[in-house]
Amino acid sequence: MTPKRSERIKYAVFAVLIIAAPLIFTGRQSYYVSMLALAGIYAIVALGLNLLMGYAGQISLGHAAFFSIGAYTTAILSTRLGWQPLAGVVPAVAVAGFAAFVIGLPTLKLKEHYLAMATLGVGLITYSLIKADPGGITGGVTGIINIPPLAIGGFTFDSDASQFYLIWAVAFLIFALSSNIIDSRIGRALMAIHKSEVSASVLGVNVFSCKLQVFVLSGMYAGLGGFLYAHCSPMYYLNPDDVSHFVLSIKLLTMVVIGGMGSMWGALLGAVGLSILPEVLRMLGSLLHGVNTTDIEMALYGLILAVIMIASPRQRLKKLLGLDKPRRVEPPKNLEK
Amino acid sequence: MFPDQLLQFLLSGLTIGSIYALIALGFTIIYNTTGIINFAQGEFVMLGGMFMVGCTRLLHLPLPVGMLISMVAVMVVGVLIERLAIRPARHKSIVTLIIITIGVSIALKAGTAFFSKDSFTYPQFPGPGHLAIGNASLPGQSLWIIGAAGCIMAALWAFFHYTIRGKAMRACAINREAATIVGIDVERMSLLSFGLSALIGAVAGIMVTPTTQMAWYRGTELGLKGFCAVILGGMGSSPGAVIGGLLLGLLETFGNYLFSGYRDAIAFSIFLLVIFIRPQGILGRK
Repeated sequence: MTPKRSERIKYAVFAVLIIAAPLIFTGRQSYYVSMLALAGIYAIVALGLNLLMGYAGQISLGHAAFFSIGAYTTAILSTRLGWQPLAGVVPAVAVAGFAAFVIGLPTLKLKEHYLAMATLGVGLITYSLIKADPGGITGGVTGIINIPPLAIGGFTFDSDASQFYLIWAVAFLIFALSSNIIDSRIGRALMAIHKSEVSASVLGVNVFSCKLQVFVLSGMYAGLGGFLYAHCSPMYYLNPDDVSHFVLSIKLLTMVVIGGMGSMWGALLGAVGLSILPEVLRMLGSLLHGVNTTDIEMALYGLILAVIMIASPRQRLKKLLGLDKPRRVEPPKNLEK
Repeated sequence: MFPDQLLQFLLSGLTIGSIYALIALGFTIIYNTTGIINFAQGEFVMLGGMFMVGCTRLLHLPLPVGMLISMVAVMVVGVLIERLAIRPARHKSIVTLIIITIGVSIALKAGTAFFSKDSFTYPQFPGPGHLAIGNASLPGQSLWIIGAAGCIMAALWAFFHYTIRGKAMRACAINREAATIVGIDVERMSLLSFGLSALIGAVAGIMVTPTTQMAWYRGTELGLKGFCAVILGGMGSSPGAVIGGLLLGLLETFGNYLFSGYRDAIAFSIFLLVIFIRPQGILGRK
């Protein structure tokens, strides 16, 4: 399906912004380029989480687990076993996807809160296992240092700008891929599930298999994000607090919620917005002397999540602007259980 | 394994299992009355312990006064959560309600961290320092934990079977719509369930802090263990919550002996195993 005109304009603006960003922030401001590169990594993960939450109506409270599995898989392969950094992408994505499969298989047949609790548990256990390092491979609290940067042919992605372009090129592809998935057979099946599981299954949709596929896909997106993080992180260094902490899972969740569940562009904007937030808080923090900004950050995530879900400002804004009229024919309400 | 060691594990397992059982009861009460899984349940436990730390260590209040204040304070938090966060979103989807309770839980966690990021404890409650049973030894605080859990279970049983409010809550659990038809104020029962769950969580936190310490981040882990106990015993069943909690405590203690260092992974593996093999749990209905 060819995208509509308004979509094409959005894509063009997106591409122009990606190309322009490293050209705008140069010299002393090049710090912002690496910050926005990190935002691109989060955007990839948030897009996957958005497919899961906005379209399959499920929720993951432990996406940092899949992120860290991807990051540690490639970091271990490239530092301890001497793999080419680029070759690590396949195992990183595959292992993260497999972990999602193992969690999704028993939980997705049941109600929504089973997956939520299971992913919460996986997140906490992955964090404590990486930190305790029982197998002697993750480096425990010290983490893994000297992870090689990515290289394709003779070109090494070791500057801020080159990493930024690489990450956002991948994010752009993932965005296009996700949009296509939503417009495909499985996308329509997912939206049907979201409206009503019963009517979807009556129409011949295998509800469980669809949900599992999306959950595994979102785990793979997170694994890909982790892979990019490992090879593009500042100082080429991984530690459990940065990649597998509960706060990261919540941050990713907040990105999707703030952008509006079920909106691809929203997930993208949410990822960029929340990646800039610590910087904004730091600026404000220098005004409010001696306040610990990381505590405020966590409290903010909690409040944002609760308030947005209670007040649903997006619907209210749409109503205010008269945009709340459905564009497509809604399935009849009385089919819901 | 020697019989003495077996007895020792049994006693330790029952102690921590009583805590899990209390947390599991908290989940069950809210779930039965409202259909919501409260992801902030663990924070009630954490807050109970932390308020008690404030009362005894900071304000130097006598033990019973401190306990009373902590319990009331956590109950107020529970009631406020229901009023401000749950009721306005009552008719939204399950995912929305999960996100709301997890948001509240993080805000409570971060709010506590704002005051202090240290781990705290206070002395054991009055009684024997250690109790020798055979060749096993039981810390005095364990008696308090098991005793408090037993009292709460008995009180809850009486409440649900002999008072009009308790019976109304059971009616909500069976069928909320039918309960409304016969004149039960379901919204009021929802408020009551949050208050009651917060109270039970607070007692668990007050009792457990002298044996394991308490800190701002511990709510998530405790809540998760309580939920594992709920699943093990059977979602929605109060006797199931108690059995699940005690069993989880025992399995965890024995498992920790066999695979030391994987304590947290044990509870979670049991959780995955149960939903694989018997998703309705031990006492749950299909």
